[in-house]
Amino acid sequence: MNMAADFAMVLPEEILSAAAILLMLVAAWGGQQVTRLVSIVSVFVLFGAGIALLGPASYGGSAFSGLFRADAFAAFCKVLIYGASAVAIIMAPDFFGRTSGDDLRPEYPILILLSAIGSGMMVSAGDLLTLYVGLELQSLSAYVLASFMRRDSRSGEAGLKYFVLGALASGILLYGISLVYGFSGSTLFADIAQAYAGGRSPGLLFGLVFIFAGIAFKLAAVPFHMWTPDVYEGAPTPVTAFFASAQKVSAMAMGIRVAVEAMGPALADWRQIVIFASMASIILGAVGAIGQQNIKRLLAYSSINNVGFTLVGLAAGTAQGVSAVLFYLTIYVVMTLGSFLVVLQMRDADGQQLETMASLSGLSRTRPGLALAMAMFMFSLAGIPPLLGFNAKLAVFDAAVQAGLFPLAVIGFAASVIGAYYYLRVVKVMYFDEPAHSFAPGDRVEGGLIALSAAFVSPLGWLLLAPLGAWTLTAAQSLF
Amino acid sequence: MIGLTHYLVVAAILFTMGVLGIFLNRKNLIVILMAIELILLAVNLNLVAFAGFLHDLVGQVFAMFVLTVAAGEAAIGLAILVIYFRGRGTIAVDDVNRMKG
Repeated sequence: MNMAADFAMVLPEEILSAAAILLMLVAAWGGQQVTRLVSIVSVFVLFGAGIALLGPASYGGSAFSGLFRADAFAAFCKVLIYGASAVAIIMAPDFFGRTSGDDLRPEYPILILLSAIGSGMMVSAGDLLTLYVGLELQSLSAYVLASFMRRDSRSGEAGLKYFVLGALASGILLYGISLVYGFSGSTLFADIAQAYAGGRSPGLLFGLVFIFAGIAFKLAAVPFHMWTPDVYEGAPTPVTAFFASAQKVSAMAMGIRVAVEAMGPALADWRQIVIFASMASIILGAVGAIGQQNIKRLLAYSSINNVGFTLVGLAAGTAQGVSAVLFYLTIYVVMTLGSFLVVLQMRDADGQQLETMASLSGLSRTRPGLALAMAMFMFSLAGIPPLLGFNAKLAVFDAAVQAGLFPLAVIGFAASVIGAYYYLRVVKVMYFDEPAHSFAPGDRVEGGLIALSAAFVSPLGWLLLAPLGAWTLTAAQSLF
Repeated sequence: MIGLTHYLVVAAILFTMGVLGIFLNRKNLIVILMAIELILLAVNLNLVAFAGFLHDLVGQVFAMFVLTVAAGEAAIGLAILVIYFRGRGTIAVDDVNRMKG
């Protein structure tokens, strides 16, 4: 393999890394005043990296002796990750500008960029070493982002909890990696797959269990979800939106790649783990959200619930299943970012952020457009047709049924009815309760993004279903 | 003669101690950081033992990466701890409870 071809395949990562380092220098030089400039440049850099995905980064195959994969699957996930990161940067200045206490600093967009690089490496990993380094780059930036509001004690606590449990998850994952390396003799996914195909020693099985436990931690799947509500509540809202979108995509894509490429022959073994995690996440995510009064905690449980649905697609273990997961993730990312953008609009007359469910009451009379958008996101998350959330759920259940997993599909359907209860409660509060406060007027860019996401999940989005389905299928087939 | 199994058993004990150190410790957050280091060192021991046993360099290179990342992780962990201490004036594990539910 020649070096130039290898470097052409990692072009998006190169652009992002170079930009992150340069912007760090600019930030160190310019201090607080350059925040706006750094944010704008970061969004354009993410856009540029997205364009670079059109090149060999999406079809090159494997680079650096198999350490790095540049295929359609990685490219698809990177589009989602870069898009969600850009939105997380765009929604930040308004939030930090209005909350008393901490201002936005130029480190924020840079940390998001670094996290996006790490996520990109995770989804392109062809070797356990690449996977680990990518994961740590993503996580270390994320710990700092969670505790970004230094004067807010909840933010500090969120960062601390995220750090301790994230580090524990990395430790568990690493222990699994060391066992898999020892018993298969290699860290390359292709060689590991051969080792699994040649019979299963207890060491390989233990390694598999530890690695899946680590992935479940990063994914916030039950039984490793306990950090999610606290971290989502305490972290600044734009950061929470980033965790719920870009990070979920990267963790899920990493899980898919490890499951299919490295442990494909052990399908029967990891399927049990995935089915358990999936059912437990769907049920606990739905039940846990019922009593929540804080809207960010509610969305945290909703994210646990949604991870369960994506795992249904992975449990199928087929190209169709993986394609359904990608399809679900795309729609989920839009719905989640949309909901968090609405949460950002919840500000009292002084501009202070509101987070309780009660402050949403009567929104339909004070801000009808905003209430309609939020209602659409909630109906879509609940999976009610004709909104796109229904198609997403249909796709994963279809894949599960095709793979013969009837019980899983039935339980998933039943639990999504429980889940509908708390989504509809939000709608009820907005439309039928007496108006509480009127919110401060919103930002035009955020309003546009909300309208765009609402249009995507509305029946207008059906126009995109065919191309999106074809694209996810191509992406999924590049793995098999 | 000390074989691969001995190393693996020691690493497994260290790993378990690290995990228990995170969950059973009710006193001090610094102890949690130490427990995390213990977990990573257990993994390193595993990797190096396997590398020696397999006559393969990858495990040793991996251990170097883990060491480097562990250094960064400790730095960030301590920084977050300092922010937390400034806000709350305590680093007792039982006091990390502003958010519940």
